[in-house]
Amino acid sequence: MIRKSQAKLGAFLDKAEKPIQWLITLCGWSSIIFVAAIFIFILKESWPAPLTLNWGEFFFSHRWIPVPAEGNEPTYGAMGIMYGTLAITVVSMFIAVPLGLGSAVYISEFATPKLKETLKVLIEFLAAIPSIIWGFIGLVIMGPIIQKVFGVAVGVNLLNASIVVGLMAVPLIVSISEDALRAVPDSYREASLALGASKWEMIYRVLFPAAKNGLLAACMLGVGRAVGETMAVWMASGGTDNIPENFFDPMLLLERVKALTATIAGEMPEAVNGGEHYQVLFIVGIVLLTISVVINVVSDLIIKGFKADKA
Amino acid sequence: MSVHIEFNNVTVRYGQDIALDDIDLEIKEKEVFSIVGPANSGKTTFLKCINRTIDLITGTKVDGKILVSGEDVNEMNNVYALRRRIGMVFPLPVGLPMSIYDNVAYGPRRQGISGKAELDEIVERCLKQSVLWDEVKDRLQMLGTKLSGGQQQRLTLARALSLDPEILCLDEFSIAIDPVTTMKIEEVLSGLKDEMTIILVTNLTQQARRMADHIAFFNASELVEWGETEKLFENPDKEITGRYLNGEFG
Repeated sequence: MIRKSQAKLGAFLDKAEKPIQWLITLCGWSSIIFVAAIFIFILKESWPAPLTLNWGEFFFSHRWIPVPAEGNEPTYGAMGIMYGTLAITVVSMFIAVPLGLGSAVYISEFATPKLKETLKVLIEFLAAIPSIIWGFIGLVIMGPIIQKVFGVAVGVNLLNASIVVGLMAVPLIVSISEDALRAVPDSYREASLALGASKWEMIYRVLFPAAKNGLLAACMLGVGRAVGETMAVWMASGGTDNIPENFFDPMLLLERVKALTATIAGEMPEAVNGGEHYQVLFIVGIVLLTISVVINVVSDLIIKGFKADKA
Repeated sequence: MSVHIEFNNVTVRYGQDIALDDIDLEIKEKEVFSIVGPANSGKTTFLKCINRTIDLITGTKVDGKILVSGEDVNEMNNVYALRRRIGMVFPLPVGLPMSIYDNVAYGPRRQGISGKAELDEIVERCLKQSVLWDEVKDRLQMLGTKLSGGQQQRLTLARALSLDPEILCLDEFSIAIDPVTTMKIEEVLSGLKDEMTIILVTNLTQQARRMADHIAFFNASELVEWGETEKLFENPDKEITGRYLNGEFG
């Protein structure tokens, strides 16, 4: 028998259905509103620089001299700092993706249950290290090591920043790819091994394809992390916005670079509030935001492409 | 007919729990041997012992001897070679996340067969054997996981046949598929009987009666009895066997 209080609650829930639906819809839309609001805010702060800025110079020159010597006009060529961000992202992913996927495979497929738990806790701990500490490690530990090993005068450079950012991205990649691998049903493993496949064949031929969306999402989050990282990059990259002549010269790893994020963080306190320099830094922010959006859209398309594959 | 598989006092423990208790039986070459019994009686564990996929479960201990063609499986160095001799079909269909073609070619490729003509031939033969060919021959590049449940189960069977196994194990293959497909697969199995030893774990006692030369009845991790199919149905040694086979409990 239904008690009176229960009947009352039921009637209340019936009536509440509509408002609850509204509330949830609002939550869903809020993220879109936030993104739009952020974009509008940044654009507003940069105004009217987008109208007056020499865009050709911005994209194709590396003469970033916002505070020139007496009598000269400031120039805002951002190609060098865009190169810096891209270079750090690419090189750091060469470190983070193999390391991250490798540890995820080890944790999900090889480690004993006890070891698995321990490693997961440690990796979470790694993720919790503040970026200033990572920057510190780059500056005082990696720097001298790089100086010694490569015999260069300055240890903060592209290699240093990429190693630091790569290591920062590893825990993110590990935990998401481990989730993706764990979500693959055990029946796949069993079916594959029962056919006489070795563990490595099973991982490469069955687990990776089955988990590819999750693995790709993990790597993309890693890329996002590398693009957006500020403090550690600032401390470990050296801060010089040169454009290399040959992009495939390995010696570039030992050149100092400057990233979009570090430029904003470093120069914002010195820029006159509302001045041209200030506005251009917000344009740099828009570039950064655009890069993140493009990464997200591209990864979305890749995942969709995979889904449509062979359908 | 000579003995193909032999269990000598085999006991399997999962940690503290006993999954198989002192099993002793023989399976002859090229017969259909059926294992029946209620849930949790050790039937699947029995199959996993033969191809040693039981090694994959941590904390398992296998005592006693399991011989395949006279050779102790737990003494074998190359477990992959052993597994390739034994085809396995699971209760739930497992289409691997690759094309239909690749699903069937997976095993042969792992074995080192790479010629396209040879693989084409294997894929066609196995899909025909598992009566799936006519339904999929025009879309072999489609993802195996997109097939229906019954089709995926036949794909699983085709994959199990792809290595030309000497032993085919089927673990309750019909629980997730319709009666028509079940009958189709039963016909296939009857046809395969001349080529390989078939071990059929099933919950359907009538299926066992239709198919099997010998039946073993497992209950609560123990082998209650085993023998010729008709004898077990008509005149079992133990009363409980008769009651189970005739559907009075289980």
